[in-house]
Amino acid sequence: MIRRLFIANRGEIALRVIRTAQRLGMTTILGASEADVASWPARAADEVVVIGPGPSPLSYLSVDAVIAAARAAGADAIHPGYGFLSENASFARAAAAAGIRFVGPDVSSLEAMGDKLMARRVGIEAGLPVVPGGEAADKAQALLRAQETGFPVLLKAVSGGGGKGMKRVDRAEDLEAAIDMAMAEAQAAFGDPRIYVERFISSGRHVEVQVLGDGEAAIHLGTRDCSIQRRFQKLVEEAPAPAIPDDKRHAIEQAAVNLARHLAYRGAGTVEFLVDAQSFDFYFLEMNARIQVEHPVTEEITGVDLVEQQLLIADGQRLTLTQDMVAPTGHAIEVRINAESWADDFRPSPGTAATAAWPVGPGIRVDTHMPKGGVVPPYYDSLLGKLIVRGATREAAVETLASALDRLRIEGIATTADLHRAIVRDARFQAGGVDTRFFEGLNNG
Amino acid sequence: MTTDLPLTPEDVNEIASILDGSNYDRLDIRTPRYRLRVERSGDGWSQEWSLDDAGEAAATPTVPAAAPVAAVPDGLEGIAAPLPGTFYRAPQPGAPPFVAEGDEVGPDTVVGIVETMKLMNPVHAGCRGRVAAICVDNATMVDGGAILMHVKPA
Repeated sequence: MIRRLFIANRGEIALRVIRTAQRLGMTTILGASEADVASWPARAADEVVVIGPGPSPLSYLSVDAVIAAARAAGADAIHPGYGFLSENASFARAAAAAGIRFVGPDVSSLEAMGDKLMARRVGIEAGLPVVPGGEAADKAQALLRAQETGFPVLLKAVSGGGGKGMKRVDRAEDLEAAIDMAMAEAQAAFGDPRIYVERFISSGRHVEVQVLGDGEAAIHLGTRDCSIQRRFQKLVEEAPAPAIPDDKRHAIEQAAVNLARHLAYRGAGTVEFLVDAQSFDFYFLEMNARIQVEHPVTEEITGVDLVEQQLLIADGQRLTLTQDMVAPTGHAIEVRINAESWADDFRPSPGTAATAAWPVGPGIRVDTHMPKGGVVPPYYDSLLGKLIVRGATREAAVETLASALDRLRIEGIATTADLHRAIVRDARFQAGGVDTRFFEGLNNG
Repeated sequence: MTTDLPLTPEDVNEIASILDGSNYDRLDIRTPRYRLRVERSGDGWSQEWSLDDAGEAAATPTVPAAAPVAAVPDGLEGIAAPLPGTFYRAPQPGAPPFVAEGDEVGPDTVVGIVETMKLMNPVHAGCRGRVAAICVDNATMVDGGAILMHVKPA
């Protein structure tokens, strides 16, 4: 049994993991950077260890610093959260070598899903449909690929994630310049210049399936829709994905389970699909081998604590949930409250929250690490918290969201709350089932 | 470990629902680690947490030593950091800097980058002239408004 859990992350997810681990009777040890020692997660954890200075390469991204701290703390397991080292195979290996359980899938799954090309190959092996396209080592090859698939195309970094290095190209004459830029960005962000060219589905939706596996059995916990994005960064997520015919939804869910079985997947994972908004044909994109930012919407409609499931599986236990036991009810929506100014082209807004009043009430959940007086350091991403609402129907959830957003008051830091107030008033959002172009059509102010 | 009220999100929801059936508009709770205020707000309730600093006086974050904000000498213009973060003189490690002392700049010339919260924000000169001095070293933490360079106006 895991007794001493080391949390190698920060922010709302660190606090989220601490809460479940404490409920399960574990002693929680937070590995915090110097910039985070006075944070809410540090206050909530049973023990706090400083792993390094503020900049993440010296702390949260340092395999050596994190493993040394976990070892010194006598941890028997490490939860990596999302981002940082959560999908880093060398980190998982280093934890194993130190005799510490990694709360995440086997190294083989991390490696299989670590880059998009490998993921695509494995997806094809598992019988999943994929978007037409392929790898391009240089410009000539990229041009050839683009001719095969037809314009518009999407350029992606092979080692990428989080939207970095992604470019849409509409015309052949723009391709060369776009490839240069995509390769440079891919090199800068991931140390790997390889890019990938695929057909751009003009009206596509981003639909993903939450899966759980114990190495033998695998089940799904339904769909999430994350189509509302800006520059490939998710803004709003909901579960289940609205307005998808039942037969297509079942086929998507089954494809995700097939992939998890093919990988003999152990842990919580998310299988991402691009779904054509008209035909509902779907294509496998990639699998995220970790807990996702948007996991609460699934928890809200299934009643399953996904972090608890991760910890039980990491502890070597078999899944006690079966597919029949998972019966999603109602609808849940999450909006990301980021420290960014919508009015100012999403300029980041570090600083101190003079006020941090979050809504509370029936059907409302808030996952945040931001108290009154909380500090947003300049080193990390801008997520302040997530506002999650639940309703018996999507309509009821949207109504609760509007009312909850009206009660959210953060001062001293610019936030995306006003953006979400505009989204919730948008007729397309209220109708549901929007595609990834939603944000471009949003009226600012 | 501090013995403390757990105050889980479920507890706070329950507090709000009890208050909702009462005549009270606000409840303040203080535990060894937290203060929590639940109060009426619009057509519902809001929650505001603060960390009780008396508990852990030692727990102050290390504030990075930001470059000092110095005055701009007479006859020169200052280029200020648009927001706090890490100032970089070049687009990537090993690449030549955007500008050097003596270079001519215009209002839209990019003279550096300030990295804040994982986003790269270009620094524009904002004036026309010649770079007279570079006041901040590469990869230094700066405050918003810190003077990064001096420009001799054309």
